[in-house]
Amino acid sequence: MSQSELTREVARRVFASEFNDSTYTFKESDDERAPNYALLPTGDRANRVFIVGTLTETEDVGEDSEYWRGRVVDPTGTFFVYAGQYQPEAAAVLRDTEPPAYVAIVGKPRTYETEDGSVNVSVRPESIAVVDDATRDRWVVETAERTIDRIEAFEEWEAEQEAPESASTAPTNEYAQMARKRYDSPVINYRNDVIQALEQLEDVESDAEAPA
Amino acid sequence: MSDVRQHADDIHDQFSDHIDVSVEDVEERLTTLVDEYKVPMDEARRSVTNHYLEEADLEREDISRGGSEAANVEDVDEPEQWIDLTAKVIELWDPRSDSVAQVGLLGDPTGTIKFTKWAKSDLPTLEEGGVYELRNVVTDEYQGRYSVKLNSTTVIEELDEELEVGDDTSEIEGALVDMQSGSGLIKRCPKEDCTRVLQNGRCNEHGDVEGEFDLRIKAVVDDGIDAHEVIFDKEATEDLTGLSLEEAKEMAMDALDTTIVADEIMDDIVGTYYRIEGPTFGRYVLADDVEELDGPADAEQLLIKARSM
Repeated sequence: MSQSELTREVARRVFASEFNDSTYTFKESDDERAPNYALLPTGDRANRVFIVGTLTETEDVGEDSEYWRGRVVDPTGTFFVYAGQYQPEAAAVLRDTEPPAYVAIVGKPRTYETEDGSVNVSVRPESIAVVDDATRDRWVVETAERTIDRIEAFEEWEAEQEAPESASTAPTNEYAQMARKRYDSPVINYRNDVIQALEQLEDVESDAEAPA
Repeated sequence: MSDVRQHADDIHDQFSDHIDVSVEDVEERLTTLVDEYKVPMDEARRSVTNHYLEEADLEREDISRGGSEAANVEDVDEPEQWIDLTAKVIELWDPRSDSVAQVGLLGDPTGTIKFTKWAKSDLPTLEEGGVYELRNVVTDEYQGRYSVKLNSTTVIEELDEELEVGDDTSEIEGALVDMQSGSGLIKRCPKEDCTRVLQNGRCNEHGDVEGEFDLRIKAVVDDGIDAHEVIFDKEATEDLTGLSLEEAKEMAMDALDTTIVADEIMDDIVGTYYRIEGPTFGRYVLADDVEELDGPADAEQLLIKARSM
C-alpha cells in the first residue's frame, strides 16, 4: 500500500463562494486510484471538505432511481449537494429532513460541465448530520480563519514573486502558483467574503445583546 | 579561537570516541590543506573527515554531522537527526530479527519512543527500568511513527537516578468528521492479556472464542489542517454518548443486530466540534478528556484581522 492510501485526506474549510469557483481539478500522480483534488482559488488543494450551513431546499431530481439535491446556504453563497443510491445514508437525510435546518456535511468536491460549457462544482456527501446554530457559528469562524490563512500565504508568495532578488527565502506555494495560472479572480474577493460572513455573525450577536 | 581550530574541534569531537587522535593533529591536517594547498575550508573538512573515517574503519553514516544535540523525546519530529537522550527503558520487547540486539520503549518526562539497538553495534545491554544517557542516537521514521536507533557510535552511560516518564499528550480541537468500522458495540477475546477485537466471532490469535462485549469509538477529528484518529474507550464512549454498555447490549438484543449501536452513536457525534486531550499511541490519540465545543464562537478578533489585510 502506498503512503497516500494510508493518509486520510483532510477536510478543508471553505466558504460556498470560493468552493463554487474551484472548477479546476487534478491528480498528483498518474495512478488510476490517485486521489482527485479541486484547486481552491486561495491556493490549496481539497479532496474533502467539511461544510455547515442551512439546508433550504431538497428535491428528488432522479429519473429511474432516487437522486436527491440539497441546497445548503452559508453567508457567502449556496453549496449544491447531490446524493443518490451510492450515498444511501446521506440521501436518506436529505429525504427525511424538513428544511430549513442547519446541517454539517463531510463530502468530496465534484465538478461537471454544463451544456453551455461552464463548470459547476458540487458536493458528494459522505455524511450529513443535522446540527445546532452554535456548530454553524463555530464553522463560520473556523472557515474564516482557514481562508484568511490561505490568503495570507498566497499574498506572501505573490510578494516574493514581485521581488525576485529576495527569492532565495521565498516560501514555495505550489497551489498558489497553480491557482494564479488557472483562475482569474483575485484572492482579495475571498477576503471580502470572509468579512461579510463574520459581520453577519457579529450583527446577530449585537442584536441579541441589545436591550429590548 | 581561530576558525581552523573551531573546525578541528568539531572533527575531533566526532572521532574522539573511536580513535586516539589529538585536536592538534586534526588542526595540522586542516592547516596544511587550507594554507598550503589553498583548499576551501569545507573541502578540507571533508578530506580530513574522510581520512579519519578510513583510519577508524567507519562509514560516514556512523559519525554525526557536527555533533549530536541533547533532545527530549517530544522533540523528535524528523528522521535522521543525531541526538542525545536521557531516558528510562520502560519495556524491552522480543527482537524479531537476528540483526537486532534489543528493541523496546524509552521514556523521558516528555513522552515515549521506540528504540532499536543493532546486534552488529556491539553495545552494552540495557536493563528494563534502567535510566541511561544515550549519546549519538539517530532518529528514524516509519509510517509517521518515530523511533531512535542505537548504532556503533552511540555511547551508553547508566545513570544512578530516577526519571519520571510522561505521556505524549496531545490536545486537538476540531470537527468529528467520521466514525470508522470497529466502533460501537464490539466483542473482545476473553483470553488473559489478549483483548483483541473479534472479527466474525474469531480472534486472530485464539480462533473461535466466546467474546466479551465492549464499547468503543474510532473516530476522525479534523481541524481543516490535520486529520487525527481518536479512540474512545468504554468510559469515554459512555461519557460522550450517554449510552452505557448495558443499554447498548439491550439495544442490540432488541434489534437482533449490534450495528444499530454504531449507527445510533454516529448520528449523535458526527458533525460536532470537540476538544480532545489524551496520550498518543502511534497515529491514535486516546480520548481522556473530551469537551463538546458548543459555546459561542468569537468572530471579533478575526474580523479586525481580515479588515486590516
